[in-house]
Amino acid sequence: MHNPLRSEADAFRWVVVMGVSAVSVILLTLLTRPVVGVVWAALLLGFGAGVAYRSSRGSLPRSVELTSGGDGKHRVLVVANETVGGEALLAEIRERCRNRDCEILVVTPALAVSRAEHWASDVDEAMELARQRMELSLIEIDRLGLKGRGEIGDSDPNVAIEDALRVFPADEIVISTHPPHRSRWLEHGVVDRARDEIDLPITHVVVDLTTESVAKN
Amino acid sequence: MESATVALDHSHEEHHGPPEANQSSRMDRQTLGIFLFIVSEVMLFGAFFAAYFFLRVVVDPPSWPPHPYELPVAVAGINTAILVSSSFTIHYALESIRRGNKKGLKLGLVLTWLLGATFLFIQINEYVHIGFSARDLAFGSIFYGLTGLHGAHVFVGLMLLSFATIRAFRGHFGPAAKDHLGVEVPGIYWHFVDIMWLVVYTTVYIL
Repeated sequence: MHNPLRSEADAFRWVVVMGVSAVSVILLTLLTRPVVGVVWAALLLGFGAGVAYRSSRGSLPRSVELTSGGDGKHRVLVVANETVGGEALLAEIRERCRNRDCEILVVTPALAVSRAEHWASDVDEAMELARQRMELSLIEIDRLGLKGRGEIGDSDPNVAIEDALRVFPADEIVISTHPPHRSRWLEHGVVDRARDEIDLPITHVVVDLTTESVAKN
Repeated sequence: MESATVALDHSHEEHHGPPEANQSSRMDRQTLGIFLFIVSEVMLFGAFFAAYFFLRVVVDPPSWPPHPYELPVAVAGINTAILVSSSFTIHYALESIRRGNKKGLKLGLVLTWLLGATFLFIQINEYVHIGFSARDLAFGSIFYGLTGLHGAHVFVGLMLLSFATIRAFRGHFGPAAKDHLGVEVPGIYWHFVDIMWLVVYTTVYIL
């Protein structure tokens, strides 16, 4: 869930919006009849609730705040769930960090299986699965001779990216998904939304675990 | 899932003391705390508004305010403008400290405090001259209940602003987000107080 109220600046925006709305209601009431003002206020309330709902669902375009590292290190934020240990992803990470002092943060969103689990915060199992996959991928990243750490992220991958960027001054982002016909993230436009919201280079890696396991065997 | 971000340290450093607090979507706990407090405050105001709308809609008196009472709409309107402008000054104070401008911070805080105190003074003056008390009909009770509840919040906000202003003059605040939480948190509360007044004024005095 995208929290539309995070800081004083957000609260100030609400004051401005409420102020403008209140002025319009007051003017309408004074110029016409109180009932017109009441209807207008109800319409504004409905509209505001709709905007807040869409904003909390992440449906409205916004820009994500970025932080700066400033120490010459190249930082790569890797976002992946089931594909976190995929060969294609590891190859991409290796390529990104070739001849660079590189730091990697792997964020693995913990995906609740159902809406009921999501709303009941019954996510322990999803977090544990995500943690296991992430730890395996960190071992692989270690084997590549790279420095990496991991975090379990929000179930919404775009929120997980936003959360990570607040503490990790990434220079680029790598998002790993299943192939288009199998990927729920692609179906929900996770990569496109990240490209719209974040002013950083974003690489989309497709990991086909079926093909990879066949090739291994 | 609101708060499923759990950091895993791959380097296995030794950790002493209690476990790291989990931060919901990276919001620091002071800011999250004030937002949760505000949610409870909205519910409190909601109860008062429920009583107000019950009187207006369900009881449905022939006129509102009941004859012969009148509300000082213009004076309260000016007071509203004063209070809303204080949101701009507290925002200016915070924008100033974010850029490292400590003079701007102090100026913004002092102006906010003065505007808030002026609002409270005018409201008390309004109570003195309004011509009815909380004991005059249910209308008087709900009018004083709603505006008084809000006035109490302005008073609390002024206390918080006083602490922030004193700390600003002692040089306690800096540009980094964690170094001016002592202004950020009262600032959020102050904006809430302003928003609530906009709702109270529009509902009680205008509609």
